[in-house]
Amino acid sequence: MDLLQLLAVILDSTIRLSIPLICAAMAGLWSERAGVVDIGLEGKMLVAAFASAVAAFATGSAWIGLSAGILASLVLALVHGFAAITWRGNQIVSGVAINMLAAGLTVVLGNAWYGQGGRTPSLEGAARFGDLTLPFARWAREHVPGLGLIYDEVVSGHAAPAYLAFLCVLVTAFVLKRTRFGLRIRAVGENPAAVDTAGLSVAGLRYGAVAICGLLCGIGGTYLAVAQSAGFLPHMTAGRGFIALAAVIFANWRPWPALGACLLFGLLDAVAIRLQGVTMPGIGLVPVEAIQALPYLMTIILLAGFIGRATPPKASGLPYVKER
Amino acid sequence: MSAVPVDLPRWADIALVPLVSVAAALLVAGLVVVGIGENPLEATALLLRGALGSAEGIGFTLYYATNFIFTGLAVAVAFHAGLFNIGGEGQATVAGIAMAIACLALPALPGFLAVPIAILGAAAGGALWAFIPGWLQAKRGSHVVITTIMLNFVAATLIVYLLREIIGKPGSMQPETPDFPAGAILTPMHQLLAPFGFTLPATPLNSAFFLALMALFAVWLLIWRTRLGYAIRTVGANPRAAAYAGISPAAVTMIAMAISGALAGGLAVNEALGVQHRLVLDFTAGYGFVGIAVALMGRGHPAGVGLAALLFGVLYQGGAELSFDKPAITRDMVVVIGGVLVLFAGALDGLFRRVIATVLRIGRGAA
Amino acid sequence: MRPAPAIALTGISKRFGPVAANRDVSLSVAAGSIHGIVGENGAGKSTLMSILYGFYEADAGEIRIAGAPRRIRSPADAIAAGIGMVHQHFMLVETLSVVENVVLGAEGGAFLKGGIGKARTALARLSRDYGLAIDPDAIVGELSVGLQQRVEILKALYRGAEILILDEPTAVLTPAEADQLFALLRALKAQGKTVILITHKLREIMEVTDRVSVMRRGEMVSHVATAETSPPALAEAMVGRRVLLRVEKGPHERGAPVLEAVGLSCRDGRGTETLKDVNLTLHEGEIVGIAGVAGNGQSELLEVLAGLIQPSRGVIRLGGQILAAADRHPARLRERGLMHIPEDRQRSGLVTAFSAAENAILGYQHDPAFGSGPLLSPARIEAHAREAFAAYDVRPPDPALKTAKFSGGNQQKIVLAREIERGPKVLLVGQPTRGVDIGAIEFIHRRLVALRDQGVAILLVSVELEEVMALSDRIIALCGGRITGERAAEQADERDLGLLMAGVADEAA
Repeated sequence: MDLLQLLAVILDSTIRLSIPLICAAMAGLWSERAGVVDIGLEGKMLVAAFASAVAAFATGSAWIGLSAGILASLVLALVHGFAAITWRGNQIVSGVAINMLAAGLTVVLGNAWYGQGGRTPSLEGAARFGDLTLPFARWAREHVPGLGLIYDEVVSGHAAPAYLAFLCVLVTAFVLKRTRFGLRIRAVGENPAAVDTAGLSVAGLRYGAVAICGLLCGIGGTYLAVAQSAGFLPHMTAGRGFIALAAVIFANWRPWPALGACLLFGLLDAVAIRLQGVTMPGIGLVPVEAIQALPYLMTIILLAGFIGRATPPKASGLPYVKER
Repeated sequence: MSAVPVDLPRWADIALVPLVSVAAALLVAGLVVVGIGENPLEATALLLRGALGSAEGIGFTLYYATNFIFTGLAVAVAFHAGLFNIGGEGQATVAGIAMAIACLALPALPGFLAVPIAILGAAAGGALWAFIPGWLQAKRGSHVVITTIMLNFVAATLIVYLLREIIGKPGSMQPETPDFPAGAILTPMHQLLAPFGFTLPATPLNSAFFLALMALFAVWLLIWRTRLGYAIRTVGANPRAAAYAGISPAAVTMIAMAISGALAGGLAVNEALGVQHRLVLDFTAGYGFVGIAVALMGRGHPAGVGLAALLFGVLYQGGAELSFDKPAITRDMVVVIGGVLVLFAGALDGLFRRVIATVLRIGRGAA
Repeated sequence: MRPAPAIALTGISKRFGPVAANRDVSLSVAAGSIHGIVGENGAGKSTLMSILYGFYEADAGEIRIAGAPRRIRSPADAIAAGIGMVHQHFMLVETLSVVENVVLGAEGGAFLKGGIGKARTALARLSRDYGLAIDPDAIVGELSVGLQQRVEILKALYRGAEILILDEPTAVLTPAEADQLFALLRALKAQGKTVILITHKLREIMEVTDRVSVMRRGEMVSHVATAETSPPALAEAMVGRRVLLRVEKGPHERGAPVLEAVGLSCRDGRGTETLKDVNLTLHEGEIVGIAGVAGNGQSELLEVLAGLIQPSRGVIRLGGQILAAADRHPARLRERGLMHIPEDRQRSGLVTAFSAAENAILGYQHDPAFGSGPLLSPARIEAHAREAFAAYDVRPPDPALKTAKFSGGNQQKIVLAREIERGPKVLLVGQPTRGVDIGAIEFIHRRLVALRDQGVAILLVSVELEEVMALSDRIIALCGGRITGERAAEQADERDLGLLMAGVADEAA
């Protein structure tokens, strides 16, 4: 395999591995920019993966699967909102609860319904999102040297939710920066009292952001179960919700850098998979675990202020209480 | 934990609130059981019989409870310092690694030396892995919650690497260490009590259970009867007042995290030193997270943690038995109950307190 | 017929639990006037304005705006009624730009582009009309406090406010900035806007208002035209004809110096100097009072002397010895006999979640008397608390009761007992009677004087000038972190001190 081909393959798998991260990172970004800390991204994606696989299997439609995934994730997001916004509960505790609930419930229900130890049956045909071939992909591969191959391998050939994920980044960046709603979200995460005195509803805005967070986690989870895999496996999110959280921190709560961080973490993952069992001169067997641990280590180092500085939205994690 | 303080009588605060949240959580679980087409009453009966209906069941129940006591105490101690340690899994993992290294490096030691060294190794490993986020929060301002989450994953990759490359059993494809030397294991309870005339069935319950009981007492002593505990509680309740009192919140943060991590290390002691007699991958099995539910339900008090750990022991053992009889109900149901409990006793505490306060007021008004 | 008043409030009442913050308050503000509302801290001014701005709903009463009855249930209602408010703590989003802050809540469309453009034009016009020059793209967090306040005013004007409420607007301003603000208020009035100015500074009332209303303990006690009143008359109305604070106090015998600060300076987290070159000597057997408007360095002075913050420059001598950095620590200082009653007992002086007995050892938790080795003895702690509470008449005298359940006065007595009873050489006292009932005030004052008579050196910080004057043997005025003058108690009068507190430098100093 020549170098270009290898590069294209690695980049292609980078994209595939990044999609759930991108969705979850945008989800976390919305929630946290509005001042609601969410460590339950993992749980929401997991529930979405399960619900989408169940619905897709039952109806034979991947799109109905996607709707079900979003709906399930939305319900958990609203539970988090209810605890964090309406009852001013501890947002970390609530996030932990969401994760545990999702981890347990998906296996219990999956096992009860299908008796395969929590797995859902394999999805086939229209029950799964197939890879879309973009226009001119084949043609470009043959006629445009280099770039054509990249276009066909990397840009083209992903499932519909993958393109949706990239669209979400664009929309998130645009809405946050250039719309009324985005301005209000940015304000409510920094100083909810300012929003309140401007005659706006702090709770309303935060619920809105939390719901968007649920929606995006729903897309990410669905991609895992109905596009990347052909069904649900217990604990299939495998920490992606937390890597996404790391990406958000890494990007200082900004959408485009968050996309960059997700792609970087996806690349690390792709490289690690590629290097599994590979012996390198001088190193021996490549310790892929070191590569896998990198996103977490980088986040710790960043948070500690050794490189740059992470400044979260000022009011994140704090319930809004009117002062007397 | 809630921002909406509702004043309740002391007895309601201590007993009623946790009981009501447990009842509500079990109710939710019952609904899930109904949802998958089983009879919740029958399931409860099977569960209780499985957990408490035989000496063997009780042995297993207490063995599970041992794990929950350690992880619950770990979370509780951090809570008292105002810290949320969700890194129990990672701390127990590193504790296991440290313990395994100690056991395998010192094969020839007699048991009365090897066991304490192994336990100290576990405590030191757990303490180290928790001290790091404590230090980062105290000195660098990064939040314990995020750092402990990240370190959980780092520990998870670390143990995979070590078991494969460094301390794994030679020639084995399983991610596990060789068996620990015979001197470096804890005595199973049925052997321990046999000389006293008790004949117990063989269960994983071992002398780590006594260690857990001692830990309960020690934490109670630490938090409510020592000057350090006073400092920990002051920092947790009001860091400004702590500074005023000459207590360093930074130092207390690091110390409390280290103690918390050392307690999480007890999980490794029970599992590796007490049951499996070697270190296997994923031995933490989510006990660390359930510890959060245990601590919340136990209101951070060792007596409460003990009771909550027992409850989860019953649920774990009973759940295992139940899933034999009713394959539709897997033991992951316990995780569901744990999650609902964390939600009810933790995040929605304000709601429950408000409801209870209202009911009590109506009750008083009617009387 | 006279035009309807811009605002007419009748019979407004508001309770917070047992506290009546407003009782049957009525107020009429003429359109196109500047109306002052004065009163002491806690008189109910801010609550009244919060009701007018829809932050709280009144329990009873009627609000009429320009003659029409209005229900104002939220800030949105208030904005719709043409009311704008500049809060004491600015309601700004520091990470956003000026123009983004201005349009927040009044963006004029789902997309920002149009609204922001319109706001830029409007800001330019407002800047011209009122001389409120500001860069619309500056990030608010990077602006000076004076400019941030300007953004708040622009926010209100941009929403078309006809009535502008300013809550203690000069508390954070330099004198020059305050003068600019007053010029602006006059310009607004000239344009026909109505301004309500809440303050406790009488000078400002006399300078800019047309009429003034005085509040005391939740009630409106007088409405007068500014031209027909005087600061002493207003002061009397504010304070009421209550028995003037008289503390039985014999002549003091000043002993040797015990605490000395030389060239002491402090910086806060943002690098601003909060204390500047403070020189201070405290002698045995005297009470030195610090007079100053809140936020002029008094808190920092107490904290730096108590070892809670570190000075950026200068030295502190305790009992003749220079304190090394390691000694400037609350625990070390307590060992050397420097005790501290903090300004905010709930936030620093007590752990309200603890039992009263546990709070009675806060700061002394390492005292061997309370246990052995690393252990604490609950029995000994309780016995100690019981004794102390009896001596200080803490009610209820129940050491097991949660501290949050004690009244303000009794909480303060718990702190007082703890700090006094161990025989301090130096006592730092912050706001000893804030939120304390009359009976306890007398008790606390008597205790402080008794301590001074025993030879203790006391440094007193209080926002109540009257208290400072009644208790002190010597008064030092602070303004902007600098000592602006010193008076012996018998020579001090309120007017003179007021000038020093306002930073009018003392020729003698």
